[in-house]
Amino acid sequence: MEKFEVFTGVGAPLRRSNVDTDQIIPAVYLKRITKTGFEDALFAAWRNDPEFVLNQDAYKHAQVLVAGPDFGTGSSREHAVWALRDYGFKCVLSSKFADIFRGNSGKQGLIAGEITDADTEKLWAALEANPGASITINLVEQTATIGDLVVHFEIDEYTKWRLLEGLDDIGLTLRDEQAITDFEAKRPNWMPKTLPAKH
Amino acid sequence: MTNKPLTLAEKVWNDHLVAKGENGSPDLLYIDLHLVHEVTSPQAFDGLRLAGRPVRRLDQTIATEDHNTPTWDIDKPIADVTSRTQINALRENAKEFGVRIHSLGDAEQGIVHVVGPQLGLTMPGITVVCGDSHTSTHGAFGALAMGIGTSEVEHVLATSTLPLQPFKTMAINVEGTLRPGVTAKDIILAVIAKIGTGGGQGYVLEYRGSAIRALSMEARMTICNMSIEAGARAGMVAPDQITYDYLEGRPHAPQGADWDEAIAYWNTLPTDEGAKFDAEVFLDANTLDPFVTWGTNPGQGVSLNDSVPSPDDFVDPNDKAAAVRALEYMDLTPGTKMKDIAVNTVFLGSCTNSRIEDLRAAAAIIEGKTKAEGVRFMVVPGSAKVRLQAEAEGLDKIFKDFGAEWRFAGCSMCLGMNPDQLAPGERSASTSNRNFEGRQGKGARTHLVSPLVAAATAIRGTLSAPADLIDSAEAN
Repeated sequence: MEKFEVFTGVGAPLRRSNVDTDQIIPAVYLKRITKTGFEDALFAAWRNDPEFVLNQDAYKHAQVLVAGPDFGTGSSREHAVWALRDYGFKCVLSSKFADIFRGNSGKQGLIAGEITDADTEKLWAALEANPGASITINLVEQTATIGDLVVHFEIDEYTKWRLLEGLDDIGLTLRDEQAITDFEAKRPNWMPKTLPAKH
Repeated sequence: MTNKPLTLAEKVWNDHLVAKGENGSPDLLYIDLHLVHEVTSPQAFDGLRLAGRPVRRLDQTIATEDHNTPTWDIDKPIADVTSRTQINALRENAKEFGVRIHSLGDAEQGIVHVVGPQLGLTMPGITVVCGDSHTSTHGAFGALAMGIGTSEVEHVLATSTLPLQPFKTMAINVEGTLRPGVTAKDIILAVIAKIGTGGGQGYVLEYRGSAIRALSMEARMTICNMSIEAGARAGMVAPDQITYDYLEGRPHAPQGADWDEAIAYWNTLPTDEGAKFDAEVFLDANTLDPFVTWGTNPGQGVSLNDSVPSPDDFVDPNDKAAAVRALEYMDLTPGTKMKDIAVNTVFLGSCTNSRIEDLRAAAAIIEGKTKAEGVRFMVVPGSAKVRLQAEAEGLDKIFKDFGAEWRFAGCSMCLGMNPDQLAPGERSASTSNRNFEGRQGKGARTHLVSPLVAAATAIRGTLSAPADLIDSAEAN
């Protein structure tokens, strides 16, 4: 996972609440064998609507999503996070996230920042007043900035630490890499080896 | 160091500790052997690709194709698109990352849990994982072997370790001598019927006692294989001379000084006298009958000499309700003798019962006999090697003369991911491990049986034991 400190990208206002994971990615896309390549599946139903925010030129390449409350509810599918990530999103801001979605986000390096309802309105207004405007996400300071507008977002300390350090579950284990290497050095020679192949 | 007596499972666990978890966090355990197949690995490899990580130990990783592979026409392109895609993905991932792979058509291809032991890769005292719940099979060697999920597959590929919470231990004591016609499959079906499909949850099972010690490695694998059907993530048997004799000389078994060193270590593994298990179960081998399932979970089993139970036989309201549902799905009437149940199909195969010993046992029963009219008998060897060996011994001819389908290796009708499925309403006697609703095909009805019962059933057309063949011959 890449380390995340400060990031600037186009912000998209998604004026909807209760964006459930079936909306983020419909079940029909779950049969795939990959963990990537879900960008076309993101908000698949809504993307048939020309008025949908990501169908508008100004927001097409958005990387920060500002959504209404109760984002990511419903099924536990990690694919929802994969689809957002594959589309290019680095951060979702909402006044309330579903727990499982928030957990899955942390594992995949997507920031789920919690903001107040009042700040959500302010960010939406700023983005709509100036379509295609950039938002700067500062994870160290926990701020989202559009020009003069600075709002604070919440993120739990453990996830923040992992994102700042760029550690996923595997990354965490690899912090013990020296211990793994030391262990390997002591393994007896009779242990199974698949290579070179013998028949 | 304390001299606290330890169980087999605790010894293997302790000897694989990379880092001890603190404050409730899991222990980090080293994984010696990682078996890979096409269904649960694609997202794991993609995860590595995404993070730019290599496979940490290619020399401890091996892949084979099994779940989706056809068992006919294996030289033709795989017809089903999803199956073909998954298999191609495994081939491409193996190539890209450098993982050893045995593809369809290769002499070492086969069910992952048949291939590992056959190559001599599965050994006592090691840790084995695979993205498949029947990885418990390898515990027959005194290995700590467990099934894992796709994210864990990725974790092991990247780190050769797994964070795991410690488990409890349960001794399954099976004392006595099995009567003729009674096998390892009957032991494990009886154990599951006794402790239930959730009885082993949170435990590593250790199968012990004189009846277990007398079993071959193939038979021990059959028992450990179905530990997961009792809810246990792993099941083990302590290594002994039978284990060593099976291993010695296999392609990847240790040799020379390594072999001697290994034996010296393996001899220290059996559970110490005085070691405490968290739970104990006892089963009398002397009185055990052939066991078969009547319902839709592996715990719903009875002696083949019994009748279909009534929901009223169950005290627990959940068991009662499960029996009502199972009887309806299985289209069975309480009180019907198990031996009066007619089947359409007999399936001999799966990671539970597809090894050479299973094929020999079934072939010995059917040799010179006639198959029941209208019954389909599918024989699917566990690996291409098993198939070749069976052919060298002439078993294929016995099966074909009998009217059985002699197929190529794979998981096949155990789970019907390939075209080997039952039609709705069809009933099978199956040597596999799961009798879940729809497992062998939509609306299909499965009775789990031993290879001996499968063979006798193929002759009589109704669920039968080998002893029934003698009785009917005398009656004639």
